[in-house]
This record gives sequence, structure tokens and C-alpha cells, in this order.
Amino acid sequence: MTLTAYLIIGAILFGISLAGIVLNRKNLIVLLMCIELMLLAVNTNFVAFSHFLGDNAGEVFVFFILTVAAAEAAIGLAILMVLYRKRHTINVDDLNTLKG
Amino acid sequence: MNFVIPDVVPAIPEIFMLAMTCIVLLSGLFLQRRYPSLPYMLSLLALVGAVVLTVALYKHTTEITFHNSYIIDHIGSILKVTILGTCFFVFLYCRRYVADRNILNTEFYVLCLFSVLGMMVLVSAYSFISLYLGLEIFSLPLYALIALQRDAARSAEAAMKYFIMGAVASGMLLYGLSMIYGATKSVDIAVVSQVLTSVPASQNLILVFGLVFVVVGVAFKLGGAPFHMWVPDVYEGAPSAVTLFIATAPKIAAFAMAVRLLVDMMPLYQVEWQHMLIVVALVSMAIGNFVAIVQTNLKRMLAYSSIAHMGYMSLGLLSGNAQGYSAASFYIIVYTIMSLGAFGMVTILSGKGFEMETINDYKGLNSRNPWLAFIMLLLMFSMAGVPPIAGFFAKLGVIESLVEAHLVWLAVLALVFAIIGAYYYLRVVKVMYFDAPEHQSRIDTTSMDTRIAISANGLFILVLGIFPGIIFNLCKAAF
Repeated sequence: MTLTAYLIIGAILFGISLAGIVLNRKNLIVLLMCIELMLLAVNTNFVAFSHFLGDNAGEVFVFFILTVAAAEAAIGLAILMVLYRKRHTINVDDLNTLKG
Repeated sequence: MNFVIPDVVPAIPEIFMLAMTCIVLLSGLFLQRRYPSLPYMLSLLALVGAVVLTVALYKHTTEITFHNSYIIDHIGSILKVTILGTCFFVFLYCRRYVADRNILNTEFYVLCLFSVLGMMVLVSAYSFISLYLGLEIFSLPLYALIALQRDAARSAEAAMKYFIMGAVASGMLLYGLSMIYGATKSVDIAVVSQVLTSVPASQNLILVFGLVFVVVGVAFKLGGAPFHMWVPDVYEGAPSAVTLFIATAPKIAAFAMAVRLLVDMMPLYQVEWQHMLIVVALVSMAIGNFVAIVQTNLKRMLAYSSIAHMGYMSLGLLSGNAQGYSAASFYIIVYTIMSLGAFGMVTILSGKGFEMETINDYKGLNSRNPWLAFIMLLLMFSMAGVPPIAGFFAKLGVIESLVEAHLVWLAVLALVFAIIGAYYYLRVVKVMYFDAPEHQSRIDTTSMDTRIAISANGLFILVLGIFPGIIFNLCKAAF
């Protein structure tokens, strides 16, 4: 496969995740999944560039991104728990007490 | 394979900060019962120590270490000292607030300190990896901080919104960085800027594509329109003490990120990012100033005002000359001190069981506490840009640099928006001085140290307006 193919995959993944964040009005967990997908799209890009350019700094970067993504998911789910205990819903449309 | 141990001396303030934060965490765990205020005292000590170390390591030359991924330079030291000083005042202001509301005491200080550590790393970052890590070390504790008051439903909602927006912002930024990495084969900012000197923008679409995402990411983190949706909700929903922290130090860190990525890395692509920043600045000033007029909640009003201020600040960045960069850094420092005072006022006036949040709560503040009303008046005048207070010189510097860059139309628009903006700041002053108070009781901060701190904060704005050279010359020497 060529570099372009990998970059297109990365762009498609990124587009799906962005569309998921913007269009999804139902479930907060889907939002968290979209955020993870976005980071994976970036990882695909980095690995592809790293392989085709013959430079391993990109691969090192991917490890850091993966680690941070795990920490981020942990915090996101923790906030989700707090929110669910208070509101008894994880519907995106119900996040509407702050407005104006 | 030979491994050279890097020179750790430039990073000593960060190492000290990390060690102290861990000590605060442990002291809170084991000693808090016996000495309840120990974590607080240790946190203040950590901040003072880090300031001393940063100043002691300050040199006039630029030094790069950790395999080209860490830089210590003039602007970095200035911004670090400002971040640390800001956090010191934040702790002074919110001690009682935190104690009154059953927010976990140690955790609050530890999360703030970790966030400050991340900001210091971000300010000194000189490769994409250290920049991204700094960014996340400073953002992740902030998400947790907002949700720290677990019995308040609206802070959980604010935390969720901030989390999603922050994560999207870092995703965007990373996507842009991956493109730039692909085009230049390096993650070091120094090397990237070296490579870019040989590649004109018109021949390298992938770089411009990456640049768009980088600018979006930076605008998200700064809280400039059209990526501002989270700012008002987060400022209003978070407990005031946390809003106070979010509204001040992270702005400086985001500014440092903008300087590293745009000014240090892509000076030759200035024409490209100038156009994008013009849009961000114009939309920010318009939305910020117009929407702030209709707000009834002071925290929300100040949130929109912060969007507008980020617009003014980016005017300095986009003018693309050394004068503009120093004006922008002066602006961001002055803005931080002003918003520290304004949100600090909201925090210290909120007592046990009530929040001084809506503008109506400030009715007749002058008759309830003339001195605090006067300090608030100074802060509001400064934000509106009334001479001779510091906010005026900050705006003047930015607009001067625009004229220098032949963007006179933008300077005129900025002035028009500043005049519109003056309305809602003056409304707060009018409410404080000319409306009858709803309660007659005298309002007061209980402790001497917050009273001294808020007075020092307000008077510093005034002194800085009379002698702007104190900080302005430092900023000037940095670029």
C-alpha cells in the first residue's frame, strides 16, 4: 500500500469521529468512543509517515499518544459516572442546564 | 549505541514542582488530620520555591536540552513566573471557599499544582512530544477539578463539556502536527522551522493543511471564537474557585503554545496563519462583546469578556512583527492579572451557602464595602480599557502594532468593539455605586490575607497602568 492509502484511512477515521461528535445527540459513551477514534486516526497518520519516511520519532510519539488516550478515557468515564449519579441520564440532549 | 545524559539544569523548576506536588499529596493523605492546613501551606511553598528557581536559572541566552525537546528562554521564564504567581494568588483567594463547600481540600491543591506543572512543561516545550505531553498534563487535572464538587449537578455537566471540547481540541492539534511531521520529517520545532525556510508555502499544501488544524487547536485552547462554545458554560458551571483557576493560568499556557507553534516554528508562513487569526480575532471580539451585554450572571459575562480579550490578544500575534508579539505577551499578562482580580472577587465575596454570581448581587456593593467596590471598579475600568489603568496600555500596544503592520482597518474595528465592550463593564460599576443594595448587612472577607491579596492585585493593575514599563520592557526584550 502507498502512503496515500494510509493517509486516506486516517482522514476517513478522523472524519467519522468528528461527524460522530457533531451529529450524535443520544449517548455520551458514543462521544467518548469518537474521541478515542480521533486519536487513533492521528496514530495511523504518524505510523504511516514514520514508516515511509524512515524516521522513528513518529512511532515514539504514538506510544505517548496511546498512553495519554488511556488516561483521558479514565477521566472521561469518571466524569460520566459523576454525571450519571446526579442526573440519572447520559443523554447528550439533557446536558442543557447551562445556557444563555 | 551511546546515550548522552541530558543537561537537567534547565528543568529544575519543573522537577522541584513535581517533587513538591507529590509531597503535598502524601502530606494530605497522612498528616492532614493532625495539621489540617499543611497541604495548603506546602502548596504555597512549592509555588514560591518554583518562582525562586525559575528566576535563579534565568539567563539572557537561550538553552535547549533533552535532545532538542526542551527550551529555556526569555519569554518562557516570564510566562512561567506569571503562571506561578497567578496560581499563588488563586490559592490565597480560594482557601476559604474550598473549605466552606466540602471540596476535597488536598485534592484541590494537588490537581492545581499538577496542572501548573503541565503548563510549565508546555511553556518550555520545543518538540511536538513534549508540547503534547505538557498540554495534556495541564488539561487532564482541570477536567477533574471542575467535577470535584461532586454534589453539584451543573459542575458535572460543565466538566463533561470541557472534557469533550478539550479532547477534540487536542485531537485537532495532533492531526495538524502529524501533517507537519509528514511534511518535514521531524518533531523538533527547531528542525521543522529550519526545514520550512527552504519550502515556500505555495508548494506545500500538506503543510498549510496541517497549519489549519494547528490554528484550530490553539484557538480552542485559548477559547477564541468560533471555537468558544465551552467557555461560558464551563466558567458558569464550575465552582467559582475552579473558574478562577481556569480563567487565568491556562490562558498564559495556551498563549505560550501559540508562540511556540506559530511564531517560533512557522515564522515564514506568517501570511497563511495571519488570515486565519484575523478571522478568529474578529469573530471573538464581535461575539464576546455583543453577547456579554445581555448576560445577567457575572461569571458568564466575564466568560464572554474573556473571549473578546482573546480576540484582542490575537491581534498582536497576527500583526507578525516583534512589536506585535511583545504587545500580545504584555496583553495576556495584564489580562491574566485583571481576570485574577475579577474572578477572585467573585470567589472571596461568596460566603458559606451563597454565591455572589449574578450582577444583581453586586447592587450597592459600595455601601456594603467601599474598599472592595473600589478594587472592583479598578478591575472593570481596566478591562474596559480606561486610561490610566493597565488594560488601556495593553490595548494601545496591540493596536499600535496593527497600525505598524498596515492593518489599519482592523485597528479601527478593534476600537469600535472596545467601545461596545465598555458598556457592560460600566454597567457593573453603575450597579455597585448607584443601585440600592438588596441586603443592608456589611459584606466582608473574613481573613486578612485575602484582603491584602485582593488589594495588592487591584492596586498592581493601577501601578502597572502608571508605569507600564515594569513588564512591558521585559516583554519587549523577549522578541
